[in-house]
Amino acid sequence: MIEIASDISFALLGVGVALTLWRLVRGPHLADRVLALDMLTMLGIGVIATFAVRTATSLYIDIAITLALLGFVATAAFARFLLERRAE
Amino acid sequence: MSYAAAILMIAGSLFCMLAALGLIRFPDLYTRLHAAAKAGPIGSGLILLGAGVASGDAFTLLRAALGLVFLVLTTPIAAHLLARAAMRARAPAASIASIDEFENSSDPVPVQTPGQLSR
Repeated sequence: MIEIASDISFALLGVGVALTLWRLVRGPHLADRVLALDMLTMLGIGVIATFAVRTATSLYIDIAITLALLGFVATAAFARFLLERRAE
Repeated sequence: MSYAAAILMIAGSLFCMLAALGLIRFPDLYTRLHAAAKAGPIGSGLILLGAGVASGDAFTLLRAALGLVFLVLTTPIAAHLLARAAMRARAPAASIASIDEFENSSDPVPVQTPGQLSR
């Protein structure tokens, strides 16, 4: 039961990663790429959580939470970079 | 318990997939932010919650729920920061957008950057 559900989750998340990578390559604006990276982090959280279910290791959930923390800081830093770049 | 976890995980990954689809289909950055900043955290948060339920351990479920709360708290902030920076960098809006209230102002969103503060 849970194996089938995690298989479906992996498939849907894989489609999501492919679509997000397409946006990351296409752009067109730098902010679009930053947004795609943010989305990629969230998809990564989903993949790690699904992996935690598949391997029955609850430690992976901590890694997913850490990735969420890191993703927020990265997006905030990129937004600040966009602001600074225009100011020059 | 196993059924609840399976439903949560499939619903979450569906939300994630639809958010990524929105990233592709929407016409400009400002509409794409809607898709990524709303469906994204709910999707990965639901998967986290599903993983917590599947573990069958109350403490793990609490940690997963804390992860969801953290995502729901921080993603709107990150999206707002990004929208503000993009507005200031004049990221183009789609042609169907009807109102640009910052069209005639030289500085769309006045902000104090750390560099300005130190000067």
